[in-house]
Amino acid sequence: MKLPRKNKINQIVGKYKEDQGTLISLLQDIQSEFGYLPKEVLSHVSGTLDVPLSKIFAVASFYHSFSLEPQGKNTVSVCTGTACHVKNSGNLAESVSRNLGLEKDEETSTDGEFTLKKVRCLGCCSMAPVVKVNEDIHGGMTQVKTGKLLQQYRKDNK
Amino acid sequence: MKGKPFTHLEKLGKSGRASLLPNQVKITVGFASCGVAAGAQAVLNAFSSGIKKRKMDVQIQKAGCNGMCHQEPLVEVWIPGKVRLTYGKVNKEIVQTILAAIKLDAIPEGALFKTPLGITTDTCCEDVPDNTSHTFYSKQQRVALRNCGVIDPENIGEYIALEGYQGLALALTEKTPAQVIKEVEKAGLRGRGGGGFPTGLKWKACRKARGKQKYIICNADEGDPGAYMDRSILEGDPHAVIEGMMIAGYAVGASQGVIYVRDEYPLAIQRLEIALENARKNKILGSKVLETDFSFDIRISRGAGAFVCGEETALIRSVEGECGEPRQRPPYPAVEGLYGCPTIINNVETLANIPALVKSGAKLFSAVGTETSKGTKVFSLVGKVNNVGLVEVPMGISLREIIFDIGGGIPGGKAFKAVQTGGPSGGCIPESLIDLPVDYDKLAQTGSIMGSGGLIVMDEKTCMVDVALYFLRFLEDESCGKCTPCRVGVRRMREILEDICEGRGTLNDLDILEKLAGTIKESALCGLGRTAPNPVLSTLKYFKNEYLAHIKDKKCPAGVCRELVKYSIDKKLCIGCGACLKACPVDAVSGEKKKAHKINLKKCIKCGACSEICPAGAVLT
Repeated sequence: MKLPRKNKINQIVGKYKEDQGTLISLLQDIQSEFGYLPKEVLSHVSGTLDVPLSKIFAVASFYHSFSLEPQGKNTVSVCTGTACHVKNSGNLAESVSRNLGLEKDEETSTDGEFTLKKVRCLGCCSMAPVVKVNEDIHGGMTQVKTGKLLQQYRKDNK
Repeated sequence: MKGKPFTHLEKLGKSGRASLLPNQVKITVGFASCGVAAGAQAVLNAFSSGIKKRKMDVQIQKAGCNGMCHQEPLVEVWIPGKVRLTYGKVNKEIVQTILAAIKLDAIPEGALFKTPLGITTDTCCEDVPDNTSHTFYSKQQRVALRNCGVIDPENIGEYIALEGYQGLALALTEKTPAQVIKEVEKAGLRGRGGGGFPTGLKWKACRKARGKQKYIICNADEGDPGAYMDRSILEGDPHAVIEGMMIAGYAVGASQGVIYVRDEYPLAIQRLEIALENARKNKILGSKVLETDFSFDIRISRGAGAFVCGEETALIRSVEGECGEPRQRPPYPAVEGLYGCPTIINNVETLANIPALVKSGAKLFSAVGTETSKGTKVFSLVGKVNNVGLVEVPMGISLREIIFDIGGGIPGGKAFKAVQTGGPSGGCIPESLIDLPVDYDKLAQTGSIMGSGGLIVMDEKTCMVDVALYFLRFLEDESCGKCTPCRVGVRRMREILEDICEGRGTLNDLDILEKLAGTIKESALCGLGRTAPNPVLSTLKYFKNEYLAHIKDKKCPAGVCRELVKYSIDKKLCIGCGACLKACPVDAVSGEKKKAHKINLKKCIKCGACSEICPAGAVLT
């Protein structure tokens, strides 16, 4: 299998060896480069560092912030913290799912534009319910407002 | 104060004082994550372009959050030599009003309060209350949050100008490590992250423990949903945490520190990185701290999204790069922690208290609080309450004072039902108990815990069975799976609660829930599991009638549990505005303009879009 961005991967692995970083920080670097953890990259890392692939997979699947699937261009994170929950963030997440035409348990829209994530408390409880699109946090959201927000991103992407 | 450390700090503090209170007008925009979410960037941009357009000589700066989250975006205006004023809910129009007044050398109107910093002279604005007499602040006492929203978190000089690193300097020049520990012990400081363990005892055990290397870890894995004081402290006053860690390092004999921060807090990480770099550059961090023989350095370790990593043994595994699975204690980390070495793990708020405690002494610190809980505690007051925000109050204050006097009560004239404390390990406290003084032990007596300080207020429209289910889903998802009581027991409890919420519950279920809860409490490996039943037990104890309504009458009194509710529109309340009709994603609403609307129940998917948007509160469940 051809490895994408091989130089970059070797650079990340080299940094890991030099600073004696941890497996978590290594995976974080790979994810920020690729947007997710591609299987072929993990196999390559396993071989280069002589760390069993099973161990890499254990860490990658233990922590929520790692993703083993390709992500959409935009990530929509609906906060499910307690303050957001009592302000109906469950319904809000469902409305985003409907809006993006996602099947049950599906996270990424078929056009690859959006990935929906129900996330743990974003720590902006005073603005509940909160929706984060990529790095931008939006507070006091309703289903209607969120629909408009997604529309804005669709437009901007074109 | 004499000695090299103090002269070193004095030099740095001078420039800080000049930038804190410059000789020109300074506008500070609250730029913590919550402020940014409320539109702080647009406000900052409006000030920048307005100042340029008007050709004004005004300085702009970013700061952290002063806790008044319900007033975001927040802006402070410093009129040199006169006063420092705070304005709330600032929009583009208010920006123009503020700038227009400044241009005319006038004081902009509409300030919420003024902040005397001790080094300012307030000679005007007698009609504007001091921050300490403003209703939101009058019952507060800010120790851990002392600098949040006041200083520029990216400017080490401003921190030093407000007595920053003085506690460290004092410890290094005038106290032995044992004396520092004694002081912390005498002060009665207990861990603010949830456990409430006496900090001094922890330090003492670590000081005694043998090890070539010792570590200080700052637990900034603020995982409790509904709590965000650690984020605010890291974003608004990162040096307070760094100084606290350094004092801890000096006390126990450690030269290395690690800050374990949640991945969800990018701004906190960024501010910490800047703060660490500035501290190193100014010879405060690194070798020969403040020109003494003490050496200490700190690195940041980013979490990767696992709630269980807030538990100290799991956190250590995670810092080591492994899966964050907890282990049996003892040995406690103070004896055998990171890489097998003696390790102190203190929470952000605990550490932020340390510099103030050391500087002012145990006596002053412990003058505040109750018999068993000394000092102040930061709470994030959120949910169904008017004045949401971060409040720091003396221990012993009642929940009622926090919710009704500081928080301004429940919005929309609704009735208070409960307040949830302690995150997923805590419980829901009913109205009959909210006059209890808040401290570690009193809260534990109610079946809840202090936890890290989330206070989520719930009103009559919050279903307590649904809240219990919410926490169990959370915990099931976050259980690391290592021990069976937590992995299987919590899942079984969740399944039963789901049955109840969806109308399949039986009375026998309540007995099974209680039995399961008892077993899990006694046999789970770590704190996450052992406290997992608390949200169920406390709601069963205080809100059993809601469980019974779900089971016997197949009704959700709060109108939340989807399988048990029907949406309808109150004809008398409906103003026929058509908002619900537009919001409904399945065209289930019909009606003419200005006439009462109707919901077609065959089409309705119970998504709640209509009730959310209705300006008249006419949608009933």
